[in-house]
Amino acid sequence: MSDLETFREETRAWLEANCPPEMRQPVRDEDDIYWGGRNASFKNDAQKTWFEACVAKGYTVPAWPKEYGGAGLTPPQAKVLREEMNAIGARPPLSSFGIWMLGPALLHFGTEGQKQRFLNEIARGEIRWCQGYSEPGSGSDLVSMQTFGEDKGDHWVVNGQKIWTSYADHADWIFCLVRTDKENKYQGITFMLFDMASEGVSTKPIKLISGNSPFCETFFDDVSVPKSYGEDCPGFVGEINRGWDVAKYLLGHEREMISGADGGSRTAAIGAVMKRHAGELDPLLRAELANFDVDALAYACMGEKFLDEVKVGKAHPAQPNMMKYAGTELNKRRHELMMSAGGSRSLEWDSEETGGGKPARNWLRTKANSIEGGTSEVMLNVISKRILDLPGA
Amino acid sequence: MPLYHNEDQAMLAETASQFMVEEGAINKQLRHWRDRDCKDGFGHGLWKQMAELGFTGILVSEDDGGLGMGHVEAGIVLEEIGRNLTPSPFLTSSVLAATALGGANDELRGRYLPGLVSGDSVFAVAIDEGAKHRPERIACKAEKSGNGFKLSGKKDFVVQGASADMIVVAARTSGSDADADGVTLFAVPKDAAGMNHDAVRLVDSSMATHTTFDNVELDGDSVIGEVDGGREVLNKLLMAGRVGSAAEGVGVARGAMDMTVDYLKQRKQFGKLIGEFQALQHRAAHLYSEVEIARAVTIKAAQLLDAGSENADLMASVAKAKVARAAGLAVKEGVQMHGGIGMTDEYDIGLYMKRDRALQEFLGDAYYHANRVAELSGY
Ligand SMILES: Cc1cc2nc3c(=O)[nH]c(=O)nc-3n(C[C@H](O)[C@H](O)[C@H](O)COP(=O)(O)OP(=O)(O)OC[C@H]3O[C@@H](n4cnc5c(N)ncnc54)[C@H](O)[C@@H]3O)c2cc1C
Ligand SMILES: Cc1cc2nc3c(=O)[nH]c(=O)nc-3n(C[C@H](O)[C@H](O)[C@H](O)COP(=O)(O)OP(=O)(O)OC[C@H]3O[C@@H](n4cnc5c(N)ncnc54)[C@H](O)[C@@H]3O)c2cc1C
Repeated sequence: MSDLETFREETRAWLEANCPPEMRQPVRDEDDIYWGGRNASFKNDAQKTWFEACVAKGYTVPAWPKEYGGAGLTPPQAKVLREEMNAIGARPPLSSFGIWMLGPALLHFGTEGQKQRFLNEIARGEIRWCQGYSEPGSGSDLVSMQTFGEDKGDHWVVNGQKIWTSYADHADWIFCLVRTDKENKYQGITFMLFDMASEGVSTKPIKLISGNSPFCETFFDDVSVPKSYGEDCPGFVGEINRGWDVAKYLLGHEREMISGADGGSRTAAIGAVMKRHAGELDPLLRAELANFDVDALAYACMGEKFLDEVKVGKAHPAQPNMMKYAGTELNKRRHELMMSAGGSRSLEWDSEETGGGKPARNWLRTKANSIEGGTSEVMLNVISKRILDLPGA
Repeated sequence: MPLYHNEDQAMLAETASQFMVEEGAINKQLRHWRDRDCKDGFGHGLWKQMAELGFTGILVSEDDGGLGMGHVEAGIVLEEIGRNLTPSPFLTSSVLAATALGGANDELRGRYLPGLVSGDSVFAVAIDEGAKHRPERIACKAEKSGNGFKLSGKKDFVVQGASADMIVVAARTSGSDADADGVTLFAVPKDAAGMNHDAVRLVDSSMATHTTFDNVELDGDSVIGEVDGGREVLNKLLMAGRVGSAAEGVGVARGAMDMTVDYLKQRKQFGKLIGEFQALQHRAAHLYSEVEIARAVTIKAAQLLDAGSENADLMASVAKAKVARAAGLAVKEGVQMHGGIGMTDEYDIGLYMKRDRALQEFLGDAYYHANRVAELSGY
């Protein structure tokens, strides 16, 4: 048996022994997802058991080095683990912006001290992070952002406002784009890290069309951000005034995450499930489901290929934009079809049968997929410019 | 297995690419033969050259003198064929017939495979009976007669039927038209008495035949696989052909897309390069995304086929349907974004549109395969 096959056997056995049956059910509610953080609580024992087993094994962040809380898996091993988890429908033990976004940026740009501290906290689910990028006047045109940090020697005093800050009201820390040079558009932004409990930080939840309010307006009123948190642990990532490089690098990972490239429910076929629910399918709806399934199954292969190529540096650096565009447009289509197959039942807004209006609320939530992390139109702009090399794009 | 080409495969891709660009180019092959009204629709010289590179026997086992490679490798050659619109019997002979013969007895393999590998022979496959691909129904009849069979009936759109030295024919030896069992595959030689070809030129300048069989006598040795159990080999060759034609379709899509994106960087209107207009940029970027996805699923389907996976059948249909859509989009956007010049015969983009149309139909179009995906998925 090859090393990889041995690893697969071991992984299968480990999952069998450690992943409780409840954790092999599809995620239905927001509280099915464990986000970690100072104030986190587990929904049930199964969630706790699964999370703790993964932390001990380094499987909350399997591909990160062991010294930072990961399992140090090689790319082929990480793929095997992903495949085996998908095969039993295992839920991610821990979800967080730390894992998806800040972690990769720190691995790339962070100092040793920052990695030791922040990556371990993320891997163990101790600190929950939020992302402070967008501002009321700066969405797609993010680089125009205005939140300003005045240099006070050993710290900055930050003033300004962010918006659409997901889970800002639940987060412990924020990674935040702050302007530190007003004369320099691209080279005047610093990528700061600070505690949301700092004096002068306040948040105000915003309600989405789905009725939920997972994001906030975030205000900074004379917030003091230290330049250092101790030896070799600066309060910013990369260099001062060069935070845009970090921001863009992180966006690549965010887009990869939103794209659903790692398989699982977002790339699965749905026709058979819809038929089971609906009993009879209108012939034209059946046809659309069939076309959708073709696209979804094909996209799942693209996800696999993309991740394989990323691991060995073969993917075009702008490819996450393509993945995000295709994956989110697909997910919106998926929910449109699920609504149609569900008929009037899926219009119920708070009934028990629908788990409090899950179909409708989820459908509405997916509309944000092609907005958050960069809109579809912006993705197409980036593909035009960086991949197709079209003029003036 | 990672879902990209390994080093050997990347080398093969380079060899194939260079060869097709130099020898298989549109002016040298497609236009050349088309403008001479060639009855084969391809050049035998090029077929011999492909044999020298080993391409013809890519799916033939090493024991039978081939390279013993897989569908990923065949797909690599086909993608380059597609990009350059190189007309050749590769798909019918080296993929379809080679797959069928892989399941044949020693006698048949010894009779036909050397000619395939050397590039001296060309083979065709006769399955369809009518204008649409419906391999579930086989009416063409082969009745027992002495030690052999007598074949009667009609096959349509046999690609390269008239130039073929041997045709693999799917015929009914028992049961009724739509039965899964009772189908047998026969290797019918070129000179079989009672076989008649009515040749037609298709929109892409390839040649096909409506072929009739009037009590064609076949000896028992000409059976490929099991009598009445031909579905097994037939399904194999269909899967191989679907994945292969998907790979060629990916090449067609990429060829058309590259040409179009280049054009957007050259043509000026309103004092600007037309590639500066966002209305075109977004469509080009969307097209890129579709073509990438189509390519990924095609390579995946080939890998599954090579691994003998249960999932290969489903994914072959997914690939065929996805590629049909993506390549269809590539050629339609290609002609549109070229403006008036895209409508001219002199310009190559229209040739991509024609080849794509023929490939879409070949072994089942997007409707057929999307429907098949639904059926295989249980709805
Ligand atoms: C659910 C959700 C969660 C989010 N979470 C966070 C978060 O945690 N942290 C954070 O910082 N931000 C977050 N965002 C914000 C998100 O990144 C922005 O909404 C997004 O970048 C778009 O900016 P905007 O909303 O200002 O839209 P705008 O930029 O004003 O765009 C409006 C429309 O114009 C189009 N458009 C804009 N520019 C162009 C162009 N050049 N070419 C063509 N079309 C264009 C857009 O595509 C869009 O359709 C979240 C958003 C959502 C919906
Ligand atoms: C069959 C046929 C018959 C014709 N008959 C005649 C005739 O009898 N008399 C005559 O005078 N002309 C005739 N024409 C020419 C026809 O009017 C032009 O082909 C047409 O106006 C397009 O111009 P073009 O071919 O130069 O394409 P281009 O203008 O070069 O366009 C190329 C591509 O760029 C796109 N594009 C251009 N500008 C923009 C923009 N600002 N924003 C977004 N996209 C843009 C176009 O939509 C097209 O997709 C004929 C054309 C055809 C195909």
